Amino acid sequence: MEPEELFDIEIRLLLTGIRQVYGYDFTDYSEASIRRRIAQWFVSSGYPSLSAAQGAVLRDREVFGSLLRGITVNVSEMFRDPAFFKALREHVVPHLKTYPFVKVWHAGCASGEEAYSLAILLEEEGLKGRFRMYATDINDEVLQNARDGIFPLKEMQRYTRNYQLSGGMGAFSDYYSARYDYAIMMKSLRDRIVFASHNLAVDSDFGEMHLILCRNVLIYFKPALKERVLGLFDTCLMPGAFLCLGLKEALSGRGIEARYAEMVPRMRIYRKSYGQEQQR
Amino acid sequence: MDRNSSGKFRAVVAGVSSGGVEALELVISALPADFPLPVMVVAHISLESGNGLALLLDEQCAIRVKEADEMEAAVAGTVYLAPPNYHLQVEKDGSLSLSVDPPVMFARPSVDVLFESAASVFGAGLIGVVMTGVGSDGSNGLRRIRDAGGVTVVQEPAGAIADGMPRSAIDAASPDYIVPLQQIAPLLVRLAMS
Repeated sequence: MEPEELFDIEIRLLLTGIRQVYGYDFTDYSEASIRRRIAQWFVSSGYPSLSAAQGAVLRDREVFGSLLRGITVNVSEMFRDPAFFKALREHVVPHLKTYPFVKVWHAGCASGEEAYSLAILLEEEGLKGRFRMYATDINDEVLQNARDGIFPLKEMQRYTRNYQLSGGMGAFSDYYSARYDYAIMMKSLRDRIVFASHNLAVDSDFGEMHLILCRNVLIYFKPALKERVLGLFDTCLMPGAFLCLGLKEALSGRGIEARYAEMVPRMRIYRKSYGQEQQR
Repeated sequence: MDRNSSGKFRAVVAGVSSGGVEALELVISALPADFPLPVMVVAHISLESGNGLALLLDEQCAIRVKEADEMEAAVAGTVYLAPPNYHLQVEKDGSLSLSVDPPVMFARPSVDVLFESAASVFGAGLIGVVMTGVGSDGSNGLRRIRDAGGVTVVQEPAGAIADGMPRSAIDAASPDYIVPLQQIAPLLVRLAMS
């Protein structure tokens, strides 16, 4: 048997074991990405084979923890895809402002860059003190980073440019204070966001929402898990509420498509229709 | 899975960086509309160009050219470009997937990421092509394609606008073919028909 095939078998066995022992289900994740991340972890782990690592992963929670970090740690950026944030500002926020209080779920927030971006945008657009954001992720460790709101200072130049391109109204540097090589986000922003653990593959929904952001998360899921997650979002979203996906993610061909309209071409900002529930 | 059926190809992957637009125009426009394999391409281009390159190439070429969509089935006679700022990978069932995992050696999309995933899916049924570019992206991936029994092709460095990527790929993978840019498309057609 070729080494590549053997490695695939070892990955399948390992994921099955992880699901049974720890309850984390990665079997519905895109194979190419999971394979690459496990291979990266394996190379740095020092075990002679993935089968040899398996015993330790299944018995030792710390070893599992290090693998979990390898599998789930994801990168995030502030104001990634500035055109999307601009569209959000111009086409979604005016609707949100008509509510006395707005609830937002940012699913798959990783280390929180996008959650802070959204909080900044909402504050600038006059929703200060009138929104609460639930930012969730599967990985507790990156959630703690997100909660701390501390990011490498060297990224701030790029983030500032993104912020300006997204229609930012102020000076981006007003939203953080720099210390040594790090930028710490303003406490008032951090206070608007509840960072919580949530596993899209197994957990249930999160209450009624006016806006859900879940960008570049579904690309890692196989079709069945995608459907599950979109169904979860559909349950949470109130009529007339908004769903934002990544620029390469679309509702076309998915189960919930009929109830949603894309508001801005190619920006993957969808709005749930009113009244469909009664008609059906 | 027919990964061991050597000589019977199932896909082409290609990587290109600096000078890539001209190189891609030349190679892809020389592929016939009925080219019998899917072609996956990573080109390092600026974020701002959006899917403009795919639209431009589709207009100029007989073969269909498009930006890859998430979980789309890769079919023969189509060239799939990695979207700007996303890695492009191949799944076990031959569909395409995207990822926003960190850049690999400063590159996203990364040629290595595409090549490595395609090598593990197609094995000996894969043709890998490295063309003009600065740096060494694609070298590790091309070696993986070679190790999996696939065919490796590198643009002749002397004629490349930037010779870093071809030179590095030649050092890393001792490719089966080192040919001028003009000969890459005819070679792919010949291999694909074999």
